[in-house]
Order: sequence, then C-alpha cells, then structure tokens
Amino acid sequence: MIPEIGHFALILALLVAIAQSAVPLVGAAMGEPRLMAVARPAGQLQFLLVVVAFACLAASFVGNDFSVQNVAANSNSELPLRYRFAATWGSHEGSLLLWALMLSGWTCAVTLFSRHLPPVFLARVIAVMGLISVGFMLFVLLTSNPFERLVPPAAEGRDLNPLLQDPGMVIHPPMLYMGYVGFSVAFAFAIAALLGGRLDATWARWSRPWTTVAWAFLTIGIALGSGWAYYTLGWGGWWFWDPVENASFMPWLTGTALIHSLAVTEKRGAFKSWTVLLAIVAFSLSLLGTFLVRSGVLTSVHAFATDPARGVFILTFLAIVVGGSLALFAYRAGKVGLGGVFGVVSRESALLANNILLIVAMASVLLGTLYPLFLDALNLGKISVGPPYFDAVFYPLLAPAVFLMGIGPLARWSQASLPTLWTRLRWAFGVAVVAALLLPFTLGRWSPLIAAGLFLALWIATSSVVNLRDRLASSHQTGLLAKLAANSPSYYGMLLAHLGVAVFIIGVTLVKGYEVEQDVRLDVGQSVPVGGYEFRFLGVQPGPGPNYRAVIGTVEVRKDGRLIQTLHPEKRIYNASGQTMTIAAIAVGIGGDRYVSLGEPLAADNLGGAWAVRIYLKPFIDWIWGGAFLMAIGGLLAVSDRRYRIAMRRRDASLAAGSAAAAAD
Amino acid sequence: MTKALRWAIPLAIFIVLVAFLWVGLGRDPRQVPSPLIDKPAPAFRLSKLQTPDETLASGDLRGTVWLLNVWASWCVSCRVEHPLLVQLAQQNVVPVYGLDYKDQPDDGRAWLAQHGNPYTASIVDRDGRVGIDYGVYGVPETFVIDKTGIIRYKQIGPLTEEVLQGRILPLVRELQR
Repeated sequence: MIPEIGHFALILALLVAIAQSAVPLVGAAMGEPRLMAVARPAGQLQFLLVVVAFACLAASFVGNDFSVQNVAANSNSELPLRYRFAATWGSHEGSLLLWALMLSGWTCAVTLFSRHLPPVFLARVIAVMGLISVGFMLFVLLTSNPFERLVPPAAEGRDLNPLLQDPGMVIHPPMLYMGYVGFSVAFAFAIAALLGGRLDATWARWSRPWTTVAWAFLTIGIALGSGWAYYTLGWGGWWFWDPVENASFMPWLTGTALIHSLAVTEKRGAFKSWTVLLAIVAFSLSLLGTFLVRSGVLTSVHAFATDPARGVFILTFLAIVVGGSLALFAYRAGKVGLGGVFGVVSRESALLANNILLIVAMASVLLGTLYPLFLDALNLGKISVGPPYFDAVFYPLLAPAVFLMGIGPLARWSQASLPTLWTRLRWAFGVAVVAALLLPFTLGRWSPLIAAGLFLALWIATSSVVNLRDRLASSHQTGLLAKLAANSPSYYGMLLAHLGVAVFIIGVTLVKGYEVEQDVRLDVGQSVPVGGYEFRFLGVQPGPGPNYRAVIGTVEVRKDGRLIQTLHPEKRIYNASGQTMTIAAIAVGIGGDRYVSLGEPLAADNLGGAWAVRIYLKPFIDWIWGGAFLMAIGGLLAVSDRRYRIAMRRRDASLAAGSAAAAAD
Repeated sequence: MTKALRWAIPLAIFIVLVAFLWVGLGRDPRQVPSPLIDKPAPAFRLSKLQTPDETLASGDLRGTVWLLNVWASWCVSCRVEHPLLVQLAQQNVVPVYGLDYKDQPDDGRAWLAQHGNPYTASIVDRDGRVGIDYGVYGVPETFVIDKTGIIRYKQIGPLTEEVLQGRILPLVRELQR
C-alpha cells in the first residue's frame, strides 16, 4: 500500500507542477494577478506531495518491503537502519527522486523567502522551476519508477553496493544535490529576467544569496565525496578526475564564476548578459552531469545503473531546457545592454579575468570528459583521457586565477592604478615570495612546484591581511571592535572563502609534495619505519559485523619508541554479495594523516601469517577538505548580510510599479 | 559577424554538443566492435612484472586458451573488476595474463600486493606500445585468445559477473575442447 501512495503522490505532484508552470506564465504574460498568485501555493503543494512520495519510498526501504523491485535490488534486511534509509537514494530511481525532492524543496524555499519580489517576476521564477520539475517527474514516472512492484516478492534483498555502505552515503548525495539543484534557482531568476526584459542590479541582488547558498552546498558536497573516496577506496587518493567527479566539478567552477560575476552586476551594473549566460550554463552543466551519470555514454566507476533509453529522455529534456534558454538568451540578451564601462586596471577587469580563467578551466574539464565521446562519434577511434591531461591543463589555468584573488579585492572599482596597487601589495608579495622559497627547506625537500603552490596560498593570506588592515585603517569608527563591526558579513565571508582557497592549496601542495607511501610485507610482530614513525603489525583477528564478516588488523604506531596510537585497518566480506571491502584505519591530525590499510594475506594461514600492508603518511591532507569547508562557511556568512533583506523591502514599492510596466509588454 | 549573431554563439555550441551526445548515446562505450576479433593476436615479447629478468612472448602461449587482462595501478575501474579476477584465478579454469599498461613497475607490483595477484604472469608495457597493437583505448580490457593465437572476444571496461559467467567462461570452455 505504501509504495502505491508514494506513486500516486508523485503523479499528483506532476499534475500540480504542470499547473505551477503553465498558469503563472500565462498570468504573467497577460498581467493577470490572480493567475500569477497560483505560483506560490502550487509550489508549496508540489513540495508537500514530493515529500510524501519520498517518505513512502524511504519507508519501503526502512521496512524491508522486498515486494518493491527497487528495495529488493538495493537493500537487505541485514543492512543497518541508517544505510537502509540512505539506500533510498542508492539506486538510479531513488537518486532521481531525491533530485525531484531537492528541486521542489528549493521551489518551496523561493515561495517562502522571496515574497518581496515583484509578483510578475516571482510568478515567472516559480513557473520556470515548475517546468524543470515537470521534466524530472516525467522522467521518474516514465522511465525510472522507484515504486515498481516485484511479483512475486523477493524473500531477501540483493543488498546495497558495499562501497555505498558508509556514512558518506548518508550525507554526500543530499549535500551534492542541494548544490546541483540549487543552481536551478539562479537559472529560473535568469530566465524570468530574460522573459521580462529587465536585467539590472536589483535582479543580481535577488539572485546572489540563492546562488551563493547553492554554491556553498555544492562545495560541501564535493568535499564530502572526495573525503569519502579517500578513506573507502583504500588507496589514499582524494580526486580522480573521474567523469562523475568532473560532472559535479564543472557546475562548481561555473558557479564560482557566477557568484563573482553577480557581484559585479549588483555593484556596478556591468557584465549583465555574461552573468545571465553563466546562470544558464551553471544549471545546464548540472543537467549535463545528470545526463552523463545516468545515460551510460561514458564509463565510470560511478556508473551504477545505466540505460540508453533513459539517456534519450534526459538528452531530449536537456536539449529543450538548455536549448530553449540559450535561444531566449540569443533573442533577448542583445537588448539588455552591456552595462557599465570600466578601465583596463580595475576590479571589474580582475573579476572578468578570473571569470574567463574559471570558464576556460571548466571548458577544459568538459573537453577532457567528453573527448572520448567526440572522437568516437567522429569514428576516430576510442580513447580515454586520464589524470595526466587534467593535471597538465588544469593547474596552469587556475594558478593565474588564484594569483588574481590577491589583487582583485584590493583593486578599486571602475579605475584602479597599478602603482598604487603595487605600493599597497608589495609587502604582501615580498613576504609571500620569501616564505614560499624558504618554507620547503624546513618541511624537508625543496621543489619548484611546492614553492609555487605555497606562494599562491601565502599570497592569498598576506593580501587578505593587507586588505583587512587597509579597511580598518580607513574606517571612521574608533576602537578595534567598532572598526571590525563596521564591515559587512559579506566582506568577512569573502575573506573567509578566499582563505579557504589558501588552506585548500596548502593541503594539495604539501600532500603532493611530501606524501610517503609504502607497501610492505609484515609478519606478525614485525615493524617497519616509515617517515619517522615505526609501524608494528600485531596480526589480524576475526571480527563480526551486522551484515559482513571482517578481519581486523592491529598496527601500533610509535614515535621515538613511544606508543602514540593503535590503528585497526579492516577487510570486510559482505554476506549478501560476497564483495570485499578494504577499510583503512586513519589517524587524523592537523599536520597530516597516518593511513594504514590491509592488502592481501601472504600466507595460507590468514589469521596467523604475514600480510601485505599499505602505509601512507599524508601531510596536511585534511587541509584540502578544511579549505573547502571554509569556502562554504564564507559563502553562508556572505548570505547572512542584512543588506539583502533590507534592500529587498526598500525596493519593493518602487519595483511594483516598474514590473507592472514590464509585464505589460 | 553581426552583433545579433554574437548572442547566438552559446546556442550554436550547445547544438553541436547535443549532436555529439546524441551520436554517443547510440554507442555503447563498453562494447566496441574490435577490428581484431578473429584476427591473430599481435605478437609481443615483454619482460615480466614480478621477475623482470624473464620475458614472455605471445608465441609461448600457443596451444592454450588464455585471457589477456589489461590493467594498471592508476586505473580506478580495475579495482572494480579485480576481485572477480582473483576468484577466477582460484578456480584454475583458464590462465589469466596481465598487461600492466603504461605503469611504473613498482606501482604495479605494489598494487598486486595490495589487491591480490590473479595473474599467471603480468608483463610490463611501460610505453604502451603493445597496448596500441591491441587497440587498447581504455583500461581495463580483457581479451580471450584461443589455442592458435586468434583473438576471439574483447571486453572493454571492467568485467562483470554476467559477462564472465555468461560469455567469457562458456567461450573459454568451448575453445578448450
């Protein structure tokens, strides 16, 4: 019964979404307030129905209802509760339902928090989001129904892929989708603005908080996924340039460009059409990512469930949504004008350069991801593009963008002067250069790449200090606290996010420069020195698990003869699938991780004999994720700025008149 | 180019992209009609991974049905199929030879120590020469080669339980007769 309720709720949600998109659009075109007023309640009702559908699927998973095909294929009664819940989005069907849930959640948030927008504009935004919902729910209902019954029911489920039985599975996909799907708000705002023909600073101000929140979620989602890969794949890598990782990284790069471009549009009225284009592209890439992951056009470790028929649907949907919005852009963008004029040396120029570098970087990732497909389509053969391509192309593109992060925030709008910038920044530059040249010696080994990476990170940090100092010095307040309080949260958010980038770069640089990896054969009681530590292997013991059998190793770590910790790496064999999983034991530290994982038993006697053991030292690796979290917190801090709420109310009255005129044409 | 057309550039790029994606959908990236099927396996003589002083040549394997599995320590998908190969090796039905493709031998040995070594022997193709002869475009790939050295089947991408049980092993049994 429960699955049928869910199925029915989803069909109702589809019908509501159709009304949510059609009625307000007509109302906006005719200038009919009563039709436009349908948008908000329809958006909220649709959200409620999708929540019901999602809850029904979750209940089927939690309650082990193996008469539902999706549950039988992706869960098992031995599976612990939290993974049975997470298995709701562990399959293709479930993950699409999660997509729809997130989308309707964002729509509902727009209906709640954007009440101060002009009604015409709000109606169009919600209608556009409704259109996307229609597409996704049709996709779920027509090609990937998660509520399909299995006749006769299975006695037991096939189990969730052991790789997915991890706390990461509980939190990573929802976070990632929050970000992915969150760009639909910026997209809807852009389309509504193009439809209404008004693209100005206020539009940018409305879009900014939504875009930044989505970006912050995406940042956290990607960081969680990377951290998950680090400890579950058992070999200490944190980014693999896998097509699915790239699919989430491309919207992130574009979103990063978008939040900066929106800042220019809001403050200076410039880059209007560019900003709109970025908003369209960011969400288009989210859709493209879904297509790549779900259609099976590319091979990937993530390609869980692929089916060309589904690919045709998503591609058609992608062509309609993206093609339609780009056609609208082609038709309308010329009319909105380019906006403000600015000098060659100015903050606008710095941000424009940063935008271009980010977009070129995104395009290079896109090219690398799709290159095998392009060649194949042209019958030029089949190839695969690996990390060497991405490493060679990506770092040179992002290094100048990162360098500009030091200059941009200090440059004046409209017209800045190079000599003045140099005077203000020369100490920051000097300190960063000298420290970057000397630091690698104290860390062990000097190499140009390490010095370059450290320079970029230190440069962001020192230029941020200069920025803050100048701000405080020019403040009219007296007293340090009053001076600090005089700056807006969005300013501190920017500083924090930029420092996050610095922290991230330090992590990447030091882990690439100084990591130590050793694979050794260890007999019971034998020890091996690795990078100043001594690792002693005390053998393995069998250990029970809820739905697997494990062997648990014991490794003592000593420094200068003193025991500092005992690590327990595991090997698990899952009962239902017979798959093996390696669970690394990681001693996390701010200065780096000690990472031990079990390889294969080397003696016939598993429990008493020697094992291949993999021992890593990963200096500063946690800074990679720490940096990402700082970026996200910076974004959220920026959104907390009061000016978004105040400005919204103040402009309310003046806009109502203007938008009525816009609706009339 | 006129100004009005400039705004249509993103649309034009997108249309080209969709055209490629459309063609790409019709193809399965895992099942490539290899021109090598039913042709003699390209000859090679390469040194072995575990015992670099010894070499293995394709001619040495005449008279046996064998699998050639192309792998590398940097290959993520290889981790997915590897447990299947380890199981297969324990059953002793068909010898599996590994081609360690564009890899550092040290990394390759470490990887096998970590994940288990299902290979009768692995050979080292550091510069990918032999890989080119075999038309390798993505790792992992698996070839079924018969007693007379003819390639009879090629799997692109990781092996799955279905492919192994449904196609490769029946084919191997037939060829071994």
